[in-house]
Amino acid sequence: MTKRLFPMKKIFVSFALTVGLIAGVTSVAAAEEGGMPSAGTNIRDTASLQRGAKLFFNYCVGCHSLKYVRYSRMAEDLGLSEDEVMKNLNFTGAKFGDPVISHMPEDSAQQFFGKAPPDLSLEVRAKEQGPDWVFAYLNSFYVDPTRPVGWNNTVFPNASMPFPLWELQGIQTAVKKEGSDDVEKLELSQPGKLTPAQYQQATRDLTNFLEYASEPAALQRQRYGIWVLLFLAGFTFLAYLLKKEYWKDVH
Amino acid sequence: MANVFTRVGDWVNERAPGLMPMYRKHMTEYYAPKNFNLWYYFGSLALVVLINQIVTGIFLTMNYKTSAAEAFNSVEYIMRDVEWGWLIRYMHSTGASLFFVVVFLHMFRGLMYGSYQKPRELVWLLGMLIFLVLMAEAFMGYVLPWGNMSFWGAKVIISLFGTIPVIGGSLVEWIMGDYLPADATLNRFFALHVIALPIVLLLLVVLHLAALHEVGSNNPDGVDTKHGPKGNRWDPKAPADGIPFHPYYTVKDLAGVGFFLIIAAFIIFFAPTFGGWFLEHDNFIPANNLVTPTHIKPSWYFTPFYAILRMIPSFFGTAFWGVLGMFGAIALLFLLPWIDAGKVRSIRYRGTGFKVALMAFAVSFIGLAMVGAGVIGELALDWFPADATAAENTFGRVMTFIYFGYFVFLWFYTRGGREKTKPVPERVVFDHD
Repeated sequence: MTKRLFPMKKIFVSFALTVGLIAGVTSVAAAEEGGMPSAGTNIRDTASLQRGAKLFFNYCVGCHSLKYVRYSRMAEDLGLSEDEVMKNLNFTGAKFGDPVISHMPEDSAQQFFGKAPPDLSLEVRAKEQGPDWVFAYLNSFYVDPTRPVGWNNTVFPNASMPFPLWELQGIQTAVKKEGSDDVEKLELSQPGKLTPAQYQQATRDLTNFLEYASEPAALQRQRYGIWVLLFLAGFTFLAYLLKKEYWKDVH
Repeated sequence: MANVFTRVGDWVNERAPGLMPMYRKHMTEYYAPKNFNLWYYFGSLALVVLINQIVTGIFLTMNYKTSAAEAFNSVEYIMRDVEWGWLIRYMHSTGASLFFVVVFLHMFRGLMYGSYQKPRELVWLLGMLIFLVLMAEAFMGYVLPWGNMSFWGAKVIISLFGTIPVIGGSLVEWIMGDYLPADATLNRFFALHVIALPIVLLLLVVLHLAALHEVGSNNPDGVDTKHGPKGNRWDPKAPADGIPFHPYYTVKDLAGVGFFLIIAAFIIFFAPTFGGWFLEHDNFIPANNLVTPTHIKPSWYFTPFYAILRMIPSFFGTAFWGVLGMFGAIALLFLLPWIDAGKVRSIRYRGTGFKVALMAFAVSFIGLAMVGAGVIGELALDWFPADATAAENTFGRVMTFIYFGYFVFLWFYTRGGREKTKPVPERVVFDHD
């Protein structure tokens, strides 16, 4: 009988090792980001996604498209009706089944900013630090008269993007290190409509929405995943019992 | 009902009398040693992954667009607009990485238990050919999404051929059909990835199994069950330590497959990019020949060989030596049955020198993988900021030395009676597991 116990034990050990390895790799990947604070996003928080969408369509879509996201799909995933989306979020006159395309023509955008504003459909997935990068970026704009658009950013130095959220956050200025051009920290020199805590929550919502936009399927896979794992656990257990039964007579 | 089945069966047997004997030869009357351990699951798992890749691949081709202008968009279309497209794509991308996980473990099993030794040299050679074709298949598949890492990875790997003296430059253009990886490259890689290489792969798998069933499976004791004592419950002429592959190993492998699928499903549903290792961040940016990714590195399963390429310096004004080293690292594996002249197969009864060398070899492989993936480079920046490149190179070259040293050591160690082996039992040890 002891013989039978051994493979089971090994299976558990190898399972523990595999899970450990997965956790290890994920945490190493997380630790590598080096000091970027966690965005604290949660794409299953539908209210946060709705607030983020509102911000996106009020402040971002003027320049940035989400060309892989359709209004209709977004409505479904964010628990909004067609009416709500068409009235409150769609300001370009696009059809409900159309993708989210900014109205700004690409060549004039190139003229305004020196670089056409990128499509943001995959922005979160394209960054190694994912949502943390976007969150930090949205919190790191400061006034810099030396830049063409008057703004600079500590997370993405010399970004060519102006800062449309300034009326919410207020105006940050850079405190430079003694005798150097390096930014030591940012100070809020003129408050905006929101308190710093409210602004952080607003950018967290916006980041959350962009994280959703980068992979709408994440909502589905996490929902189905748990049932698939439960089924496979049951299947594997039955298969193991079957194996045990068949192997009874092997000595 | 049963009557209908019997009649259909008889009808087929009358017209194809060879089918049942073939089924018996490879399934119910293929006597596999009864002492297989955990390491023996990976062959059947590789087969499961291969079938997964073919089936999910067929569904991907139904919506993928083979053109440099449309490929990237069509992959996002699959991810968002095609019903269950995300699942099919993640099954395919996760399957690609897990293919290499199980194949590496399957190959290491062969090294541990001497499965490449006489009389299984042909099984090993066919297996190595499968590995080679699999690498080509994976490389071309990686190019198809036409992300920025697809583009730059293709550019770097193809330009390796440019180091070949005399013909290098024109060879690179011939492979790409252009001066850069472009539409022509994408189309030919698609053709090779979805039909040419899979056919070769399937043929090689059939030959690999046919060759195996001709000589019989090895086992963790390296005991030759086929030429050992005869007579088991099923057949007086069959090996005493053998049990019918079906149903014994089919049910055992079924449990193994279930367990493997739990791990695969966990990745597919909860960590499909696997922290940037299975799907890289830079590949969510469309291919752009004007913007180079910060770190161009191949997929994780190529990193050990890529590291050897990077660690071997240029001599006489050419980087060809690194390319030679990289392909040599694989070529030496082909030659293993003739390099290792050991009299004993299994690590359980081999000399201490072999055990130490094999462990060092495994460590060097993982160490090289970490060099190739840039992990060592980043650690070197933290620990030796003054001279990070030198630190990384030292580590990488020591690992490269150990990798090649394994084959040199094995050559000398297994000749002239240097290896002190333990006596091999006459029958397999069933309790050992």
